[in-house]
Amino acid sequence: MFHAEAQGDLGIFGNDPGAVIAVKVLGIFVIMVLMTLLTIWAERRVVGRMQMRIGPNRVGPFGLLQSLMDGIKLALKEEIIPKGAHLAVYIIAPVIAATTAFLTFAVIPLGPEVSIFGTTTPLQLTDFPVSVLYILAIASVGIYGIVLAGWSSGSIYPLLGGLRSSAQMISYEIAMGLSFVAVFLYAQSMSTSQIVAAQEPMWYIVLLLPSFIIYTTAMVGETNRAPFDLPEAEGELVGGFHTEYSSLKFALFFLAEYVNMVTVSALATTLFLGGWRAPWPISLWDQANVGWWPMLWFFGKVFAFIFVFIWLRGTLPRLRYDQFMKFGWKVLIPVSIVWILIVAIARYLRSTGGLESRNLLFVASAVLILVVVISYVLDLRRKKSDEIEAERQAIAADQEFDPFVGGFPVPPMPGQVAQPSRRTKVTISSGASAQSTLETTEGTNV
Amino acid sequence: MNGESVVFWVSGTFAIVGALGMVASKKAVHSALWVAFAMINIAVLYFALEAPFLGTTQIIVYTGAIMMLFLFVLMIVGVDSSDSLLETIKGQRLLAGLFALTFGGVVVASISSTLASPSAGLAYANAGYGGHMQAIAGLVFGTYLFAFEVLSALLITAALGAMVLAHNERWSPRKTQDQMQRERTLSNHVTPLPAPGVLARNNSVDTPALLPDGTTSIESLPTAFRGEGQVTKAAEIDEAAK
Repeated sequence: MFHAEAQGDLGIFGNDPGAVIAVKVLGIFVIMVLMTLLTIWAERRVVGRMQMRIGPNRVGPFGLLQSLMDGIKLALKEEIIPKGAHLAVYIIAPVIAATTAFLTFAVIPLGPEVSIFGTTTPLQLTDFPVSVLYILAIASVGIYGIVLAGWSSGSIYPLLGGLRSSAQMISYEIAMGLSFVAVFLYAQSMSTSQIVAAQEPMWYIVLLLPSFIIYTTAMVGETNRAPFDLPEAEGELVGGFHTEYSSLKFALFFLAEYVNMVTVSALATTLFLGGWRAPWPISLWDQANVGWWPMLWFFGKVFAFIFVFIWLRGTLPRLRYDQFMKFGWKVLIPVSIVWILIVAIARYLRSTGGLESRNLLFVASAVLILVVVISYVLDLRRKKSDEIEAERQAIAADQEFDPFVGGFPVPPMPGQVAQPSRRTKVTISSGASAQSTLETTEGTNV
Repeated sequence: MNGESVVFWVSGTFAIVGALGMVASKKAVHSALWVAFAMINIAVLYFALEAPFLGTTQIIVYTGAIMMLFLFVLMIVGVDSSDSLLETIKGQRLLAGLFALTFGGVVVASISSTLASPSAGLAYANAGYGGHMQAIAGLVFGTYLFAFEVLSALLITAALGAMVLAHNERWSPRKTQDQMQRERTLSNHVTPLPAPGVLARNNSVDTPALLPDGTTSIESLPTAFRGEGQVTKAAEIDEAAK
């Protein structure tokens, strides 16, 4: 379909015979399901070890079949649909969440060209000039699953969870998209296979470390994992968006969460860790980046990310919601915009031959220092504005508070004291006697 | 029938079904969902027309951001609010029908005029750019840069205006977690206040909790209920229990 635009080596995609496509699709599906089972098991074992207990070790060797058994149990459980649920949306929501989770993996390169049934084909279902944007698009559709689940349950906690998750995922998707820009600028492409190819001399984690840090932060927020698991914060929202779901529908959400974890890890590997390319000591071996071996390096890197996910969950407490949103909007997004500016200037200077690459670093650090200085100056000014505020309060405190200035009920200005409310004129003397616990006093404002 | 026309007939039909569903559904949230559905199908049509960049942007911007914001607002406004079908503006239906007909006429006329002349094709549009992404970039950041910047200035102004309108000045500085912690430690209650009483007959918030010695705990009530005569007394609870 996209042959007209195929640039470079994108021409190798889209020529597979039907059987090979079917094998690849099935392969990806099976890999994702197996990865989910394995990840759940690994999470329980690793968190168990971190909390100084053993974790599941009864079913199968090392308890490996535990998540399979849990899945079967979940499927056989009774399904409860709340009376107030909007049935059609209630049923569609988990389907959207699970389907979109699987769709993303279609453009992840698992390896170089190999031979399947005698056909030479890349180890990737498909690729096109904007495949990374495609991942973003699918992720934004995936949010619908969670939001609709929250809304259609017809219950308050899920609704709040759904609202939270939509706000959270939209905000963190912006930071995530911005972290891609530097990669696009350096790879000069938005196709995953070409980004991997562009990382042959050097991985982007070295070259674009700030982007990598922003992406990894945003990806934890995007997958609703601890410490950013606010949409399902059990201390506040019972279970968040999936409170009212049970049996297979709940299993679908569970599946979607773990598949998403694998997907964002795979994307991080592709964009920053050289994709399927072998890490340094192994890459000295000349067969390291040929044939089926790269798949091993790829999944090794993905599992490293998944381990970090589990590690985070075992270590960090959940953030408060407002602090979390503040972090996303006031730290991640501005920092990534500044970083993109630096990268763009560096690329421009390099393409025009204006500066040596070593001098580029000096320019970058100069810009960063400038940003720090500006923020420091702004901070100084802000302290001043605090003083101004204090003065204003002192002036207002001198004037007596008139609750009906201009004929309308108005709140007190800063520093003014409001008339004490009748309701709060109570001293607490509990335990004195059953009948006379309420004593009103004059003028104290509780 | 080749692949492209299959995609066109399927996605085109779905897009129209989505548009009709949006008009026909009574619940605002369902309408928003139908729009999202139509948008995704339009994106599929872009893909089929060899414009994957437009397709993905369509999904990211319209489905992912704008419709999601719509849903967000609708959910906050009300879970179950359905629109009233009463005509509030006089002659609204007539005017709407007139405008719809005019718009349809313009669309049909413009499409038929394009169909009359042979199409130049994608290759012509992308010539000199090397791809449709580069062509879009060239047009937006080259030929139409000024219009683009004016539009972005307009959007920024709108965003600023919205922020100013929604701005709510705080009367006092926000308490930090440290301050709140200090206040709680210095108060009589380091732990949370007791919950309202849950007894065999009463579990409403105006029922005070009973202390071990049989007296009531006033702190278990919201401050609004602590006034005289607003509280169920222990004796009354006792009475009710008998």
